[in-house]
Amino acid sequence: MSNPAEQNTEWPLWEVFFQPSNGKPFEHAGSVHAPDSEMALQNARDTYARRNEGIAIWVVPSDQITASSPEDRGPFFDPANDKAYRHPQFYSVPRAVKKRK
Amino acid sequence: MDTQKQLDDFQKRIDNGETIEPKDWMPERYRKQLVRMMSQHAHSEIVGMLPEGNWITRAPSLKRKMVLLAKVQDEAGHGLYLYSGTETLGVRRKELIEDYIYGNAKYSSIFNYPTLTYADICVIGWLVDGAAIVNQTMLAKSSYGPYARANLRICKEESFHKKQGYEMLAKMASGTPDQKKMAQDAVNRWWWPTLMMFGPNDSDSPNSAELIKWGVKTKTNDELRQHFVDRSVMEAEAIGITLPDPDLTYNEETGHWDFGDIPWDEFWSVVKGDGPMNRERIKARRKAYEEGEWVRKAAKEYAHKKSLEKAS
Repeated sequence: MSNPAEQNTEWPLWEVFFQPSNGKPFEHAGSVHAPDSEMALQNARDTYARRNEGIAIWVVPSDQITASSPEDRGPFFDPANDKAYRHPQFYSVPRAVKKRK
Repeated sequence: MDTQKQLDDFQKRIDNGETIEPKDWMPERYRKQLVRMMSQHAHSEIVGMLPEGNWITRAPSLKRKMVLLAKVQDEAGHGLYLYSGTETLGVRRKELIEDYIYGNAKYSSIFNYPTLTYADICVIGWLVDGAAIVNQTMLAKSSYGPYARANLRICKEESFHKKQGYEMLAKMASGTPDQKKMAQDAVNRWWWPTLMMFGPNDSDSPNSAELIKWGVKTKTNDELRQHFVDRSVMEAEAIGITLPDPDLTYNEETGHWDFGDIPWDEFWSVVKGDGPMNRERIKARRKAYEEGEWVRKAAKEYAHKKSLEKAS
């Protein structure tokens, strides 16, 4: 925008994660703008948890997140593909044992 | 420049029903169309607080006041989900907001109509939010992940909005003769503008085909509008309200309700800025934005001061 001094008043962006219920892993919900972590938490609650959508919230400065890039998806996850021995199906079990489940 | 191979691969992903995420490759035009559409949607949610906020202090009972407050707060939330989603496309929120209050960005023309009585609040819930549900249910399946997820969240709350309005209108429509008249009058004024919310007819909607090709939308304006009309006819009848269209007739062949001509001249004049409340709405938004400037500054300064205290 035209005025760089004014631009500074925009609050930083925070990514919001919440835990839907006890025992569940945290999920990404969206983002909020806030001047500090305390207000980020409050804004996240008002924006993403008005109806008990979560029992706990994390906020993380958006610029602190490092993400894998989609172009590298193939090579990046490749090492997982050629190690069949990591899966239980790779091993044989005597028939009698198998039957018992 | 986007190469043909990139475009083909992208189209293949869309046709396979894959979801596009922020860091994925996408055609520049897809990104542009999404920024336009998502930010317009966000602005509409925010400006939509004004016609309803108008009645908070004069709600007929404490219960209705609590309901309306919660609903208006939800609208703010919807705006925020959508701005948050739009920012994933690499635009800044400040730019989006300023493009709307000082620039040319559009918002839904429905919010340029005044709310004259409390019956209008009932009808906004029933018709305007009802139409929004039809549209947003489709958008919850949009090909762009953050947009789809924002709409899914919105839909969950929107049905509360619609039901509170419909219930309130039903009550008013079964009240005293004056109340009945008030309810019917509000429906008469909001019906046609609500039908315009779905946008121009397919034949006049240049963006539609492209948005459908890219899976941003999955149904056309006219399909959504028809679905809404069919539902509204039944809902109006159930509470003794008459929809102000003498041409409404059930078509045995199509299984749908045929309806009269939409006053498109009015639609285009409102879109161009000449609706009854266009100037008032933008004035209110500018006032809120400018008068909030010191709050944003102060909060930022306070956060800075606290971080210094922590460091020392």
